[in-house]
Amino acid sequence: MIPLAADNLGKVFATGIKGDKVTALKDLTLSVKEGDVYGLLGPNGAGKTTAIKIFMGLLYPSWGKAEVMGRPCWDVEVKQRVGFLPEGPYFYEYLSAQEFLHFYGQLFGLERAARTRRIKKLLTLVGLDEFRKLKLRRYSKGMLQRIGLAQALINDPELVVLDEPMAGLDPLGRKQLADIILGLKEKGKTIFFSSHILADVQRICNRIAIVNRGSLIFQGSVKDFLEEGSQGAQIVVEGPEKKLSGLIEGGGWEAKAAAEGITLRVKDQHVVDKLMATLPSQGFRVKSLMPIKDSLEELFVKAIDASESKLAGGKG
Amino acid sequence: MKLYPICINTFRETVRDRILYSLLAFALLMIGSTVYLATLTIAEHVKLVTDFGLAAISLFGVIVAIFVGIGLVFKELDKRTIYTVLSKPIPRYEFVLGKYLGLLLTLLVNLTIMATGFILVLKLFGDVLTPSLFWAIYFIYLELMVITALTIFFSSFTTPTLSAMFTLGLFVIGHLSLDLKLLGAKSESLMVRYLSKLIYYSLPNLENFNLKGVVVYQMSVSPEKILLVTGYGLLYVMVLLVLAMVIFQKRDFK
Repeated sequence: MIPLAADNLGKVFATGIKGDKVTALKDLTLSVKEGDVYGLLGPNGAGKTTAIKIFMGLLYPSWGKAEVMGRPCWDVEVKQRVGFLPEGPYFYEYLSAQEFLHFYGQLFGLERAARTRRIKKLLTLVGLDEFRKLKLRRYSKGMLQRIGLAQALINDPELVVLDEPMAGLDPLGRKQLADIILGLKEKGKTIFFSSHILADVQRICNRIAIVNRGSLIFQGSVKDFLEEGSQGAQIVVEGPEKKLSGLIEGGGWEAKAAAEGITLRVKDQHVVDKLMATLPSQGFRVKSLMPIKDSLEELFVKAIDASESKLAGGKG
Repeated sequence: MKLYPICINTFRETVRDRILYSLLAFALLMIGSTVYLATLTIAEHVKLVTDFGLAAISLFGVIVAIFVGIGLVFKELDKRTIYTVLSKPIPRYEFVLGKYLGLLLTLLVNLTIMATGFILVLKLFGDVLTPSLFWAIYFIYLELMVITALTIFFSSFTTPTLSAMFTLGLFVIGHLSLDLKLLGAKSESLMVRYLSKLIYYSLPNLENFNLKGVVVYQMSVSPEKILLVTGYGLLYVMVLLVLAMVIFQKRDFK
């Protein structure tokens, strides 16, 4: 079964008194597989939160289809198997952590004994057991995010949807959250989350989707995305610089003299192979060979830039 | 049943709100102050205390219903707590109903405390408690049920300020609608006559819930009147709640 799927999903909002239309989602198509840790990436205003709210039944789609566990997104019963943490932790601040979790447990129809057991486990998991009687208005932002995660897990859901769960957390908090997510993955849960913090996405996601201006621009494994942006290699050599230019027909590299030797930046893997075969016989000594890879962050920025210029070109 | 947690949580929210206590304290102070007011009159002190006390209970009940009621739905949207609740397996109509019932529970406790204070003051004057006095308090509660349904209805689609204005406006008009009808009937213009009739029949006639005169003049309340007014109130509540549920069901939570 597909835990989460969108097909040509669109959402238009009417704003202001005049009812001007703003398109938040244009044609989002994506599909999350069982057991995925799936990251939804995109710049601010790309439509990530809109998409998540449609999946959670808070917004109705203007067109297209959104399905959760193979059911339409507005089906109330399907929520029994889903956990959700919205963006920005806002909760009932007049409740203590314990009361708060009991309330959400009741919404799932959990019996008191089962609730109490589950709450104890979750409070330990998110490291808030000693603060269980403290009112939420006294909680820090990081603690609210953690108690929010606990409420998303109260029903032991098969699918966990998190909107910007890393926002506002310090590096330690982010690591704890990443560990919890990886723990859920080990238990076979599917996790779908949006994030701006790409280092974390690279660490914990196996698949990602990148959206820009309401449309999908990439969907696939993180590995594929990183390899797609592979930039060849950097070779550092020592030897007669003048001989370099005629070394291989057609060229295909940039040479730069530096203190440690001559640095060759090569884009194409074939050229790298050829160079490695030829260089020693021409009197060069290869000091180092390093593949050049952009980080997810650099590739993400490039993908968004490419999509923007495509859109601008399309308009022109 | 998912109604229960929503209802209890709403009740808990209101009783942990300091505004409720300040309003309640003020209401009790006002009811208590009738003791001094009564000393200003010579023979009619029981009438004055009854009239003034019931008016204070009704007024503070309405203030709590409007201001706490509107805040409740608005806060859910403003603080985005509604996102977590509605993403759980709870139908939207149950959420609306749960909020409504939670607020009614708060109003019931509130009214009981005020009525107890009022009865204590009456006892102080050695007044005999008549059944019509209790029916008057029951009618006030019925009115509060209608007012609360109005606040839930308005806050299902508009801002808290507008909801408060609309509800207050309807509260005032609702107590004057019979006068409006009578005044309109005297007009020579056919349009004014029809318009005043239309207003009378489409807006709630809240004077139906006013039994102050009956209590003050120690008359009794007929069972027919009690049944009729109860039916009238419940019907109004039902219509308003169904409308609020329909609007809530269709709405986007941005």
